[in-house]
Amino acid sequence: MGSKHTENIDLREKLVSSFLAFQSHVDVDHPVHDIRSEAIRNFEIKGFPNRKEEAWKYTSLGKLQKIDFSIFPKKVNALEYSDVKQYFLHEMDTYKIVFIDGIYSSYLSETTHDGVDICLMSAALTKPIYEPIIELYFNKAAKGEDSLTSLNTAFSKEGAYIYIPKSKAPIKPIEIIHFATGKESSLMLQPRNLIIAEENAELQIIERHQSLTSNDVLTNAVTEIFAAKNSIVDYYKVQNDSSNASLIDNTYISQKQGSAVHVHTFSFGGNITRNNLNFYQDGERIDSTLKGVTILNNKQHVDHHTLVHHQQPNCESHQDYKGIYADKATGVFNGKIIVDEVAQKTNAFQQNNNILISDDATINTKPQLEIFADDVKCSHGCTIGQLDEEALFYLRARGIPRKEAQALLMYAFANNVLESVRIPELKLRINKLIAEKLGVHLGFDL
Amino acid sequence: MLKIKNLHAGVEENEILNGINLEVNPGEVHAIMGPNGSGKSTLAAVIAGKEEFEISEGHIEFEGEDLEDAAPEERAHKGIFMSFQYPVEIPGVSVTNFIKTAINESRKARGEEEMPANKMLKLIREKSELLEIDRKFLSRSLNQGFSGGEKKRNEIFQMAMLEPKLAILDETDSGLDIDALRIVAHGVNKLRSKDNAVIVITHYQRLLDYIIPDFVHVLQEGKIVKSGSKDLALELEDKGYDWLKDEVVPQ
Repeated sequence: MGSKHTENIDLREKLVSSFLAFQSHVDVDHPVHDIRSEAIRNFEIKGFPNRKEEAWKYTSLGKLQKIDFSIFPKKVNALEYSDVKQYFLHEMDTYKIVFIDGIYSSYLSETTHDGVDICLMSAALTKPIYEPIIELYFNKAAKGEDSLTSLNTAFSKEGAYIYIPKSKAPIKPIEIIHFATGKESSLMLQPRNLIIAEENAELQIIERHQSLTSNDVLTNAVTEIFAAKNSIVDYYKVQNDSSNASLIDNTYISQKQGSAVHVHTFSFGGNITRNNLNFYQDGERIDSTLKGVTILNNKQHVDHHTLVHHQQPNCESHQDYKGIYADKATGVFNGKIIVDEVAQKTNAFQQNNNILISDDATINTKPQLEIFADDVKCSHGCTIGQLDEEALFYLRARGIPRKEAQALLMYAFANNVLESVRIPELKLRINKLIAEKLGVHLGFDL
Repeated sequence: MLKIKNLHAGVEENEILNGINLEVNPGEVHAIMGPNGSGKSTLAAVIAGKEEFEISEGHIEFEGEDLEDAAPEERAHKGIFMSFQYPVEIPGVSVTNFIKTAINESRKARGEEEMPANKMLKLIREKSELLEIDRKFLSRSLNQGFSGGEKKRNEIFQMAMLEPKLAILDETDSGLDIDALRIVAHGVNKLRSKDNAVIVITHYQRLLDYIIPDFVHVLQEGKIVKSGSKDLALELEDKGYDWLKDEVVPQ
């Protein structure tokens, strides 16, 4: 492959020393730069997480650290729309914020300032008009000790910036897409997204990272979402990347009273994918929904770490993750729920069901409940199983061959997670991806 | 059409079928009756090709071909259909899409083109009317949340759509009220012809009031202990199964 493996390079050192060069490209007098400087210090102390840490027990970043990644996008690379159309939800009209090798592509994008701001982080972090908002929100949900989040914060410069004012809703969904072209032999990307839905605002976002090459790509992304009172945010993450692309997704969601945030994560491919999805409920009558379908084969690895922190009474959270693992694929689900003492009448539901279709596939699943209130309803459950032989026989007895029958059952298994996808075109697309991933043609559109 | 000779089958060491002999010809309806645990459902599953059961002796022939190595789907493609006692729920896949897939997979296996959409629709309409199935029902997820009666009616609908040469109805009458029973039986009778055959597996005589069998066989401890005409079913209804305990059909 095109990646350079050198014994002596240390990615942490390289990143820390690159920060000096990075500073010459940003406004060091901007208030955000203090946050960056503090963040690089935290990363310098902590470095990359390793498997001795409980939260990283099953996911190793060791091999990735041996790759000599390019840390800054060097040149502007272009893509023709016709070549990448398939990665867009082209069946419908959408806003698009598109990056190629970390650099914004105005050619492929469609942004707006018409009543709502759907634009770029680089603009939000430099133009004075955005300063009050940045000061109010930037790094407020993502702040903390996590070293990879700090690493992203230190290099935060580009990404999507979305601001939906009170009672507004964009007229169409927003797609955030990152392409890697492979013009760099190995590339590290650190997009930083900030999404703010003010009171009663509503929006839908689809995010995708897509490598177009077999060269190594490592993305360490941070997304902060602020959902104000009674706002509704639907966020769909489509992870179907090439086998040399790794993703560390750190998403932080801060919710106020009466808001509803639904995050769907579809993990169908990539080398190592780590999803750190964190919900903080700061208000009453909040609904947090976390759903996932994971279908992996070969040696793919996906690690879902979820956190829902119930900090106020009368709130709900729903987690439903389904996983199908073939070949030597490995999966992790670690679902942490914290219910503070004040958070009475919390209703927290968590479910993780898995099917292993090969003897060499592995899933590690673990609920982690820390409940300090006494009047709450918390349920959790996980299952690991094989396909039901009786069900398989039923389908085969109707003339459906074994492979197709298996696919149909796996589809049925994952199906209820799809029911809550509120963009029909996306739902259809995910259905097709599932059929493709399962390697079958079922003779009808699922 | 179907020839079963000295069939011994079971799960691992546990033999359930103990030397079954049965011949079914086109145009015939055979009823297989017997108490719980006599091997009725096992016999149906073995004919349909369930791999859990191992055949230790004897064989099954369908239209002159030994079925031993045929997978369940291959048997379906040859025209064998089994109506399940406990149909499986498949969320997210509608009855219509399921039956389309089943029909086209069979056609594909036989080297035929997929059935054109308009022809498929016409067939679905015709057969759903025959079984008094509501159109809305057809867009529901297969068997999900269906009542016992709906599941069975759906099984016979699938049978009507697939037009098998040999249909095996495994306890299709269980869980049916009298109206549903009549509809299901009417559906089955409509599909009878001189070219196809039906095996009705049942614990009770009740279904046989509506689907009149040409032959009745009594299964006990994995063996057919008595065969006779439809009157045998009435006799069983009257006397139960115990009086047959020591009967052995001459080979």
